[in-house]
Amino acid sequence: MSIMEYNGGCVLAMMGKDCVGIATDLRFGVQGMTVAYNYEKVFDVGPQLYIGLPGLATDTETVLQRLKLRVNLYELKEGRKLQPAVLTSMVANMLYERRFGPYFVEPVIAGWDSKKNKPYLSTMDLIGCITETDEFALAGTCSEQMYGMSEALWQPDLNADELFESISQAMMNAFDRDAVSGMGAIVHIIEKDKVTTRKIKTRMD
Amino acid sequence: MASVLCPDFAPPGFSFENHQRNAFLVKKGFPAPKATKTGTTIVGAVFRDGVVLGADTRATEDTIVATKNCQKIHYMAPNMYCCGAGTAADTEFTTASISSQLELHRLNTGRVVPVVTANMMLRQMLFRYQGHIGAALILGGVDNSGPHLYQIYPHGSSDDLPYCTMGSGSLGAMAVFESRWKPNMSEEEAKLLVRDAVAAGVFNDLASGNNIDLCVLRKGTVDLLRPYEVANVKGQRINTYKYKKGTTVVLKQKVVPIVVEDEVVRKVPGPDGEESMDTS
Amino acid sequence: MAVVETYAGYGPIQAQRFSPYADNGGSIVAIAGEDFAVIGSDTRLTVGYAINTREQNKLFRLSDKTVLGSCGCWCDVLTLTRVLNARMMMYNHEHQKVMGTQAVAQLLSTMLYYKRFFPYYVSNILAGLDENGKGAVYHYDPVGHYERNYYYAGGASSALLQPFLDNQVGLKNMENVTKEIISLEKAVAVVKDAFISAAEREIHTGDAIMINIIDKNGIREEKFALRKD
Repeated sequence: MSIMEYNGGCVLAMMGKDCVGIATDLRFGVQGMTVAYNYEKVFDVGPQLYIGLPGLATDTETVLQRLKLRVNLYELKEGRKLQPAVLTSMVANMLYERRFGPYFVEPVIAGWDSKKNKPYLSTMDLIGCITETDEFALAGTCSEQMYGMSEALWQPDLNADELFESISQAMMNAFDRDAVSGMGAIVHIIEKDKVTTRKIKTRMD
Repeated sequence: MASVLCPDFAPPGFSFENHQRNAFLVKKGFPAPKATKTGTTIVGAVFRDGVVLGADTRATEDTIVATKNCQKIHYMAPNMYCCGAGTAADTEFTTASISSQLELHRLNTGRVVPVVTANMMLRQMLFRYQGHIGAALILGGVDNSGPHLYQIYPHGSSDDLPYCTMGSGSLGAMAVFESRWKPNMSEEEAKLLVRDAVAAGVFNDLASGNNIDLCVLRKGTVDLLRPYEVANVKGQRINTYKYKKGTTVVLKQKVVPIVVEDEVVRKVPGPDGEESMDTS
Repeated sequence: MAVVETYAGYGPIQAQRFSPYADNGGSIVAIAGEDFAVIGSDTRLTVGYAINTREQNKLFRLSDKTVLGSCGCWCDVLTLTRVLNARMMMYNHEHQKVMGTQAVAQLLSTMLYYKRFFPYYVSNILAGLDENGKGAVYHYDPVGHYERNYYYAGGASSALLQPFLDNQVGLKNMENVTKEIISLEKAVAVVKDAFISAAEREIHTGDAIMINIIDKNGIREEKFALRKD
């Protein structure tokens, strides 16, 4: 078994028209045993900036804390909020620094780029190889299932409500075919003027 | 002085802080996960007035396509580009790091950086890491002594060649070069040949695919053609899969409005009227 | 990337043990309706990162009412289907009638379990009409466990295909939808769309899909192009 599957969990993000959504499942387990079903893997780093860190849970939390330190230092030094692309570079450099002893997380970053006034979405592998996209990005134990779903359900220019349905359906049906993900999900839809967070009803087995 | 409130700057270079833990996990039966590979066809060929580089745009994680349109032709310097194959992050960061050193070199010397300099810097870096940085590169550029093309292996050896291919699709691409490359080709001939070489990889190697990117380097000018050709278009779906509102059951909902109450933009003019750089 | 692997290797070279199995890829999707069954498979045959052929039909017509989709280790597929055809012919001669879909399903399971300790390395999905003329889909594990269902995906990209079928055919996780049995048009469209998605992301899937539509009039065949890279 890969260490990436030790705790289970997945993150899926999709781009819509003037909006971007990011979703996480809520399971926290130790191999086959479910320990908790309120474990979010998507965290806010700013009012309109979210990062998903699925992978080994201990590294999810370590990376998040180290990242928050860097984000705070950046904002204090620069006197401004950081843009999603900046966060992406920051995380990528942090991960590549540990090229020969990596953290076992695969980040997904979704946010609103207030400079260009449009949504932003990126992902990277565990050693920080960035992929910026305007379609969808995902990571976690049921990545194959999510690829199959997203590739069929995603289409350009979905509005915020359609985007929510597409992300939710893609993620739910994907993690229902994975034993170590699921147990509820939370979906954030980021728009220019608001962020909507919804907890959705899923199978709990 | 380091303290809790003001920690020391981390030393430059790689950090091995997790290495012991990860080695322990390997011993416990949790092998290190695989990073994204480019799974690539990259090629380069010299023609009469310059160099043409070519690459596909697929990045894979085992049998899954991780990225459909990634850029494998990396910028090195105004007169130089470099194709990367192997571990995607390694090619990305290696070329970026050398690129920044080349720019400093250019500023220090005040002249066009010779391609051989970049070649030597890449080799020396890769050799230092004994092949653990999995970057297989094709470096192309034009300097004052004319066009140059180098093939660089992950262990730090390199070849100076008129045409070369690397990556998992290199065999198919090399077959095209071996049958059709000739000295003193025109630019159009060279572009077509490089396109065909990459296409051989795209269609016959499963780890290569999606688009074909080209980069033409001549004395003084560079064209990055991205994409040069969309080799495969996505199939047209028969149905559309949009859901009616309310298909997914929402248990809880919270809306956080983003209200900008005040916005101040302060421009700090630098010495030449531009924004000054923070050099603290 | 193969070239890098060779260079990064250290230590003494281990002798490679002979492996009796190859993975030749391939994926199958089958959907059963009220009075029909649809089964589709891609036509690409691969080994490693290479393509052996772009036009290998992986659907085997066992009778006018039964089609077997089979992929995995291609030599095992060939042997399995050849023996299965022979067994069906023997049944035909012995009982003077064509074997029904349910009987074929049971026979296939028995044949797979017969090789329990040196299995056929094969994903099988059987589609057809049962003795009442209703659509039936059976899916198998390599050693003969089988189950009847309305829809199933197997093979290299089964993980990408299956959740999509759950959603669009099984209507899972959807509120406010009427649970009705799928129509033929929708079933064929879903098979094509599922494969379009899989071909985008799974490198062993592509080139084309072959679809067989089984109903009371017999078997219709349809070919549909996918991406070639």
